[in-house]
Amino acid sequence: MLENIFVVAKQSVMGFLSGFLPEASLPFISSFLSIAPILGIFPLLFALTTIFERKGLGRIQNRRGPNRVGIPMTDIRIAGFGQFIADGIKSLTKEDIVPSSADKLIHFLAPVALIIPVLLMFSVLPFGKNLVPLDMKNGLLFFFAVGAASELSIFMAGWSSRNKYSLLGAMRAIAQMISYEMPFILSSLVVVMAAGSLSLVDIAEAQTGGIWNWHVFTPWGLLGMILFFIAAMAEANRSPFDLPEGESELVAGYFTEYSGFKFAIFFMAEYLGLFAALSVWITLFFGGWNGPFGQYSLLPSYLWFMLKLVLCIFFIIWIRGTMPRIRMDQLMNFAWKFMLPMCLINLLGAGSGYYIRQTFPQSPLAGWFFEWLVVGTALFWIWLELGDRIAGKALTQKREYRYADQ
Amino acid sequence: MQSAFYILALLTIAGALGAMNFKRLVHCVLSLVVCFAGLAGLYLNLNAQFAGLVQLLVYVGAVAILVVFAMLLTRNAEDAPQNAGSTDWYLGLGVASMVFLILAFAVQGSELGAAETGKLSDPSVKAIGKSLMTTYVLPLEAMALLLTSALIGAVVIAKGPEEGGKP
Repeated sequence: MLENIFVVAKQSVMGFLSGFLPEASLPFISSFLSIAPILGIFPLLFALTTIFERKGLGRIQNRRGPNRVGIPMTDIRIAGFGQFIADGIKSLTKEDIVPSSADKLIHFLAPVALIIPVLLMFSVLPFGKNLVPLDMKNGLLFFFAVGAASELSIFMAGWSSRNKYSLLGAMRAIAQMISYEMPFILSSLVVVMAAGSLSLVDIAEAQTGGIWNWHVFTPWGLLGMILFFIAAMAEANRSPFDLPEGESELVAGYFTEYSGFKFAIFFMAEYLGLFAALSVWITLFFGGWNGPFGQYSLLPSYLWFMLKLVLCIFFIIWIRGTMPRIRMDQLMNFAWKFMLPMCLINLLGAGSGYYIRQTFPQSPLAGWFFEWLVVGTALFWIWLELGDRIAGKALTQKREYRYADQ
Repeated sequence: MQSAFYILALLTIAGALGAMNFKRLVHCVLSLVVCFAGLAGLYLNLNAQFAGLVQLLVYVGAVAILVVFAMLLTRNAEDAPQNAGSTDWYLGLGVASMVFLILAFAVQGSELGAAETGKLSDPSVKAIGKSLMTTYVLPLEAMALLLTSALIGAVVIAKGPEEGGKP
C-alpha cells in the first residue's frame, strides 16, 4: 500500500482530470505531475543541506554554526533551522548587480543554461520501485550527456563577467571537469557490463534480493565505487576539488560577479548536480532503491533511497570538513596518471571477474570467493603500485616529517 | 512529432546562421553550440537515442569546450569585433549547395529515403557494440591507432624540446 502510494495518487489524479480536460492536454499534465515533486523536494533538500552543512562544519571546526534564526516575532529558535528561509528571502530581495562592462545577455543566460541541464539529470533517476520520471533505455548515457552540457554555462558565466578571477575560475573549472569526465564515465561502465543495460531502472533491479547483491560487494564494484565518488566530487567542484572557487585565491571563481538570486541559482545548481551524481552513485553501487534485507523491505523503496541519499550528503559534509584543497598540478596528475589507468584496469577486472564466476556455476559462494581472491588481490596490488608512483611512496611507506619528528 | 521537428529545425538553422554572422568570436561559438544541441534534438526526435545522446556528449560537452579553450589560449578574445565571415562568400555558397545536392541525391536514392520518419527501428547500444566488435572491428582498430598516434604527437609537440637534450 505505502509502496505504491505515489503511483496510485498520480493515476487517480489523472483519472479525475481526464473527465473534463481535453485529450491533448493530458500528456502535459502527466509530465507536470512527474516533474513537480522533483522541483519541490530537491531544492528543499538543498536548503536543508546548507543548514546541515554549516552546522556540521561548525561542529568539526569546534564552533557552533548557525543557531539563532527561528520563527519570526517569537522567541522560538528551532536550533537555527529558520536560517534557509531567511537566506532565500534575502537573495530574492537583493539588488541584482551586473558589471557595466559585462556581456549582458550571456551574463543573464549563464545561470539559466546551468540550471536546465542540472534539473534534466534528475529525469532518469529511479527514486523508487516504479518511481522514475522518464524510463529511458539509455538513461545513464543521458545523465552523462546532459551533465556534460553544464560545462559550457560555467564558461559563459566566467567569460561574460569580464573579470580576471571569473575567467580564471571558469578555465580551472572546465579543465577539471573535462579531465574528470573520462574517469566519471569509465568507472560506471563496470556496472553497465555487469547489468548488461544502460537503463538506471534495470541497473537498480539487477541488485534486488539483499545487500549481498549490491555491486559494491564485488572487487571491481568496490574499486568502481571509490573511483566514481572521487570523479563525482571533482565534477561537482566539491571539496577537496574546489579549486575553481577557491576563496583564498579567486574570490568566488566563475560566479564572482553574480549577486542576488542569480548567485543563489549557481549555488543551488552546484548542490543539485551533486545530489544527482550521488543518486547515480547509489543506484550503480549501493542497490538504488533496494533495501538491504532482501524481501523484508521494512520501509518503502523511496524511503530507502532518500535514507541512502541523506547518508551520502552527511558523508560529503564530513569529507569537506576533513580534506584540504589540492593543488592544480596534483589535480591533473591524479586524473590522468591514477584515475584513468585505474578505471581501464578495473574494466579488465570486471571482465575477468565475470569469467571466474562463470567457472563455478553450481556454487555462487565459491565463485564469489575466488573472484575476490584473484581480481581483488590484483586490483589492490595495482592500486598500491600506481598510488606509490603518483604520491611518491606515501601509500606504502611511513611518511617522514622533516621538522615535526625532532 | 511534426511540430517538434519544426522547432528543432528552426533552432538548428538559427544557431548555424548566428555562428556565421555574429561579430564576436565567443558569440559565434555559443551559437554553434545551439546548432549542435538542435541537431542532437533532431536525432532524438528521429528515435535515434544513442546517436543523439552521443552528439550531445561529444559536441556540446567536448568539441565546444575544445574550441573555447583553443580560442582563449591562442588569441586575445577581447580583440576589436570584426566580421568573422569570409568576403568571397559566393564560393562557399557554391560548395555548400553542391554538397547538399550530393547528399540529397544519395539519401533519396537509398532505401532510407523511402522509409517513413519516426518509424525507423532504434538500434540498441548492444547491437551497435556487437557490430563494432565483429563486422567493423578493422575500421575501429585503425581509428584507435590513428587517434593514439595523434595523441602521442600532440604530447610531443606540446612538451617541446627537452632541456639540455636534442629537440
